[in-house]
Amino acid sequence: MPSTYEPIATTTLSSTASIITFSSIPSTYTDLFLVVACLDNGGGRTRLRLNGDSATNYSRTNLVGNGSGSASYSGTNEAQFDLSVAAGTSSTNPTAQMISINNYANTTTNKTILSRYNLASGAVEMMTGLYRSTSAITSVSYFTQGTMQVGTTATLYGIKAA
Amino acid sequence: MPTTFTKIAAVTVGAGGAASIDFTSIPSTYTDLCMKVSLRNATSFRNVTINFNNSSANFTLRFLRGDGTNTFSGTYTDFGFNSFGYAPLDGTDTTNTFNNAELYIPNYASANFKSSNLDLVTENNGSTAQAYMQAGLWSQTTAINRLTIAPFSGNFVQYSTATLYGIKNS
Repeated sequence: MPSTYEPIATTTLSSTASIITFSSIPSTYTDLFLVVACLDNGGGRTRLRLNGDSATNYSRTNLVGNGSGSASYSGTNEAQFDLSVAAGTSSTNPTAQMISINNYANTTTNKTILSRYNLASGAVEMMTGLYRSTSAITSVSYFTQGTMQVGTTATLYGIKAA
Repeated sequence: MPTTFTKIAAVTVGAGGAASIDFTSIPSTYTDLCMKVSLRNATSFRNVTINFNNSSANFTLRFLRGDGTNTFSGTYTDFGFNSFGYAPLDGTDTTNTFNNAELYIPNYASANFKSSNLDLVTENNGSTAQAYMQAGLWSQTTAINRLTIAPFSGNFVQYSTATLYGIKNS
């Protein structure tokens, strides 16, 4: 049985940081899977940017439950994906976030992502996103509107179809 | 590169059913845990419950579900048990139909509180089907070494399954 689910890189913050970037991602996998447990002092949104591209090439649709109601939001022509829009982060309760970037290395199609965000003291969210670029994804940057705290972890996995 | 997605244990419920599925002595050598299940409840209720380390305390569970008609979001602290979503009910829901769910727990052995992600679906060819997402928090700093799921009452039926995987980040 071949190994088809492999860690590409991992980070555990030993000091506060504003961004976590995984760069030089090889194109040898089929899909990418990012797992983040974020501790943050800001209470703002959690975000994702691809290939360091801050142009307005991102759009998204979020589905949210905050414990008292449900709602859906969207954004177009944004400078990043907003993985969570209804609740922020906590300095003591880590988020549980899983982000799938399928067929990331192809150079023919735009890229779509599926994100799940969980903060039990805040909200549960799902986000679908479109990155309007046909370039292969070679870097992934996770950041927040605040400052990520010590103990925040992020791991990028590569998944091979064969 | 090492293989990092490894089966820790698997259970298939036998004839007569089972009152719970209990993964004990979970080693702390992985980074994350992932449990994939296929469940059906035998009697009375569709609700499924979850506990860590044989304790039902210190859970906060916030969910969003849709049943084909309405969406609803709530917090299970208000309901008096720790939800693991729903499973079809034997004798009531479509025969030979089980739920499909995945629980992911990052950093389950860390000294921080433990957050989790649950995605779950049931289908019933009728009403009472559920699409269900849940954010979990276990406000304990001890490592998770035991994970137990059980129907709210009664048994899981035969052929219910659960598999626990460990995932390493290196």
